[in-house]
Amino acid sequence: MARIIVVTSGKGGVGKTTTSASISTGLAQRGYKTAVIDFDVGLRNLDLIMNCERRVVYDFVNVIQGEATLNQALIRDKRVENLFILPASQTRDKEALTAEGVQKVLDEMSETFDYLVCDSPAGIEHGALMALYHADEAIVVTNPEVSSVRDSDRILGILQSKSRRAEQGMDPVKEHLLLTRYNSERVERGEMLSLEDVNDILSISLLGVIPESQAVLNASNQGSPVILEDESEAGGAYADAVARLLGEERPLRFLDGQKKGFLKRMFGG
Amino acid sequence: MSEPAATATENRACFELRGASQTLTVMELHHFDPDALERDLRDKIRQAPNFFRDLPLVIGLDHYEGNAADLDFFQLIGICRTHSIQVLGVRGGDDDIRRLARNAALAWLPGGQASAPRPVPDPEQDTAENTEEGAPAITSTGAGRLVKQPVRSGQQVYAPEGDLIIMAPVGAGAEVLAAGHIHIYGPLRGRALAGVHGDTSASIFCQSLEAELVSVAGHYKISEDLQGDDWRTPARIRLEGDVLTVDPLTR
Repeated sequence: MARIIVVTSGKGGVGKTTTSASISTGLAQRGYKTAVIDFDVGLRNLDLIMNCERRVVYDFVNVIQGEATLNQALIRDKRVENLFILPASQTRDKEALTAEGVQKVLDEMSETFDYLVCDSPAGIEHGALMALYHADEAIVVTNPEVSSVRDSDRILGILQSKSRRAEQGMDPVKEHLLLTRYNSERVERGEMLSLEDVNDILSISLLGVIPESQAVLNASNQGSPVILEDESEAGGAYADAVARLLGEERPLRFLDGQKKGFLKRMFGG
Repeated sequence: MSEPAATATENRACFELRGASQTLTVMELHHFDPDALERDLRDKIRQAPNFFRDLPLVIGLDHYEGNAADLDFFQLIGICRTHSIQVLGVRGGDDDIRRLARNAALAWLPGGQASAPRPVPDPEQDTAENTEEGAPAITSTGAGRLVKQPVRSGQQVYAPEGDLIIMAPVGAGAEVLAAGHIHIYGPLRGRALAGVHGDTSASIFCQSLEAELVSVAGHYKISEDLQGDDWRTPARIRLEGDVLTVDPLTR
């Protein structure tokens, strides 16, 4: 049985697709057979970031509607073994994702994969609900600014009420906070919320902090998940996040300007 | 494309009837003077325009002092509608009023419980149960409700009887309501409405007052009016006479 992880945020443009690409790549690098699924039907981007847009023949909606088999639609990544991409359809709308159809595809994939990473569209409408419904774990991607934190709070509420685990009274979805575009200088100048502020409002466990970095932009323009840029801070921070997702303990890095006592407080208890 | 959805809905009944309880704003009418009403209403709306937009409203007549004959529901509805307030019905009043309300196509609700005593919570009931983790977040005890998880933006928690106790933050954009007191062991950043059935002795307690709105028995204050010494400190909000007051919790 695969573990299903949804990457979600409510707000758009905070780094969901970048995160989905890097987390799935990181899991595959660790030897887990992983598929990353683009739920953003009509606005697909994941294939661009994974540099496989020229290899898309069939997509998620084709599989749901029985026009293609899963094996025809899954694209094998050329850089990392064990990594597969299921692209979204660009020509349909989100209503094409039916609850029964998504369930069927995820059930079939669960038999052969270790991890399924679902890249959610922005918003709290049908597409986002379909992406989070089946999740066992949720990575809530948040930027250190008020509107993003508010939307993350909203999506956490939806995870607690509208996910399959909530509806069927199972253990709740395991929630992780991933703070992206973190710029410690701007935090010190008071232009951004600090990690502590965000934690205070959302109060869920911290998966990682990704520093704001030119490497992220370069990587997505080149169609390469930033986690493959070993020497960049953002790549290192994603590698740490994957390790924590797998239950390993890693100290927080790349938080210049934060006091040491603060780090201890984060992980001391 | 939408075919699978269509077949799925065909098999289901058109509707089902369910009991539901909804908190509504009641306009307790003391006497009816169209000009004064229009003026006062405009003043209120200016203080909190978002609160009033498309607000469903019930006209409360438990404290109505005038003659039934003076009550022109059509005029009243007209005034409310010009301010985009939707009058749903009438609460209280005698048979004459009931007939007038029906003529104006308003629903009639039985008299309010403005003075009904609040059930006294049994202190021993809440202590022993629900200590395990991972249990459903919301526990309904006989006399109230205990919530252990944060109340998130967009969520609403309602204790129709007794007190509401929340052992976590109430986020901005969240709403908590109770017939009795509201205790929040964490910051209150959203809206809290205590005494929603009219219990004027209800209070709101929170560890940090950062609320968007607090209300006791229909008397409310919005964030702007709360920016005093007690902002971001432990506080109790209660009614003193007709005035909503904020007291520091620590002395």
